[in-house]
Amino acid sequence: MNIVVCVKQVPDSWAEKKLSPSDHTLDRESADAVMNELDEYAVEEALRLAEANEGSTVTILTMGPEKAGETIRKALSMGADAGIHVVDDGLHGSDAVATSAVLAKALGTTPFDLVILGTESTDARMSVVPAMVAERLGLPQLTFAEKVDVAGGTVTVQRVTDYGYDTVEAALPALVSVVEKINEPRYPSFKGIMAAKKKPVATLTVADLGLSADEVGLAGAWSASRDFAARPPKAAGTIVKDDGDGGHQLAEFLVTNKFV
Amino acid sequence: MAEVLVLVDHVDGTVKKVTTELLTLARTLGEPAAVFVGAGFDAARDKLAEFGAARVYVADADGLTDYVVAPKAEVLAQVVATSSPLAVLIASTAEGKEVAGRLAIKLGSGVITDAVAVEPGTGGDAVLATQSVFGGSTVVHSTVTRGTPIVTVRPNATPPVAQAAAAERVDVSVTLSDAAKGARITDRTVAARTGRPELSEAAIVVSGGRGVGGPEGFAPVEELADVLGAAVGASRAATDAGWYPHQFQVGQTGKTVSPQLYLASGISGAIQHRAGMQTSKTIVVVNKDPEAPLFEIADFGVVGDLHQVLPQLTADLKARKG
Repeated sequence: MNIVVCVKQVPDSWAEKKLSPSDHTLDRESADAVMNELDEYAVEEALRLAEANEGSTVTILTMGPEKAGETIRKALSMGADAGIHVVDDGLHGSDAVATSAVLAKALGTTPFDLVILGTESTDARMSVVPAMVAERLGLPQLTFAEKVDVAGGTVTVQRVTDYGYDTVEAALPALVSVVEKINEPRYPSFKGIMAAKKKPVATLTVADLGLSADEVGLAGAWSASRDFAARPPKAAGTIVKDDGDGGHQLAEFLVTNKFV
Repeated sequence: MAEVLVLVDHVDGTVKKVTTELLTLARTLGEPAAVFVGAGFDAARDKLAEFGAARVYVADADGLTDYVVAPKAEVLAQVVATSSPLAVLIASTAEGKEVAGRLAIKLGSGVITDAVAVEPGTGGDAVLATQSVFGGSTVVHSTVTRGTPIVTVRPNATPPVAQAAAAERVDVSVTLSDAAKGARITDRTVAARTGRPELSEAAIVVSGGRGVGGPEGFAPVEELADVLGAAVGASRAATDAGWYPHQFQVGQTGKTVSPQLYLASGISGAIQHRAGMQTSKTIVVVNKDPEAPLFEIADFGVVGDLHQVLPQLTADLKARKG
């Protein structure tokens, strides 16, 4: 079974994130960059499925600047076999629509039975790219999976819902997105880190994918930010120390503000 | 006046509150029209009329709800093709955002998710959406520059205001493509019902974190929630520890909530958590640690043990209610 995992490099969750005043895109220089946390679960799930199905391969696909190659290396050091890096200055400012176009085209360059993604990136948090890629490629969409099983050419997942979960099945090839509950991602071993250095990573440009420059980046974005501002700091609230009547004081606050 | 389509979020015809909020917002942009997919329109009709749907496009053929997400996008794409709406509004839930994403690709339209407000655009923009990003630290105004604007709006963005309309039924017949039938739902598993409001659209959320100390520590959180008519939430520390079910997690990798009142107990307030609740209108924090970062965004805070403060608060509120 050939599995492709789409990953994204994002600013560390703990870092303060800013928009760039010139073009309203995320300022990626000002924060440490890491693999999007949910993508670690996607990589882990792919590795587990590959281990359970002998002869499987796991390929890591990312788009992003040169530096995003670090994220492929991390996944390779966890145990993935190969990488594809779409790197092109023209990609800067791509919105979800353009991102899904690039990923869909890049998926066309490699054979796969299963595509796995995290449900969302921790920077943009739109959670639409998996559905968009499925739509573009006509793939069955098995998203928000908390459990994935593959047997006899069929993939079955538990899809998290507001009321519990749906059991969803589809014939391969198919696309799956995973939630963090699904597994516990492994840490790269020293051996894995050394082995990763020798694994192949192909680089592709926008032109290599047969996309034109105006289909990606800021030029190809179908949405735009008109203005932005830091949220004004909140006026300091009332903080009281509980000296035995903290609950009563809180009750008074809730009643005064008509929550009761 | 151009139509503004609202995808109805419902369970067997019971319309969710967020849909009445979207109809209220749609009115500020154009003429509200609803799109209803699945069974139960008769049960939903009165509510949609009460909140101003002039027309309701109904697609209730068998099988439309047997597949993941894609059928809803196909129905919407078909209605957009005939109605040429000014915009499409969809609830910003996990599924709503996925419907919006697929619809954007089908229509060749831009999409904005997680809007907390939508208003008419200026200078040629059809709409202007307000988003609160980076855990609420930055406010962005965005627009769609191509196609029919598709905007997903967070629950509690606006108070629903009734305004009667006809809710005239317009049947939509859809033949699903094979691609839309790729991922089949074979079973639906309903977790034990709590009787509490749904977390993502509750007006009040009471949540617990590491400070509750264990699964049994959620008892005072739940008791307070019930006296307030609130939903219960949990921090990732609490759900990762298995103290509370995962679907109630509020935060970056869980649900984003924006209630009138968010009462956090035993939650320090890491960025992970703040990203899921920072746009709440009023924030109350109970924590033993006076240095807990969540106090920085609290409207009211009590430095104290939640196991003392919460039961006292619950008893006080019960006494006031008589």
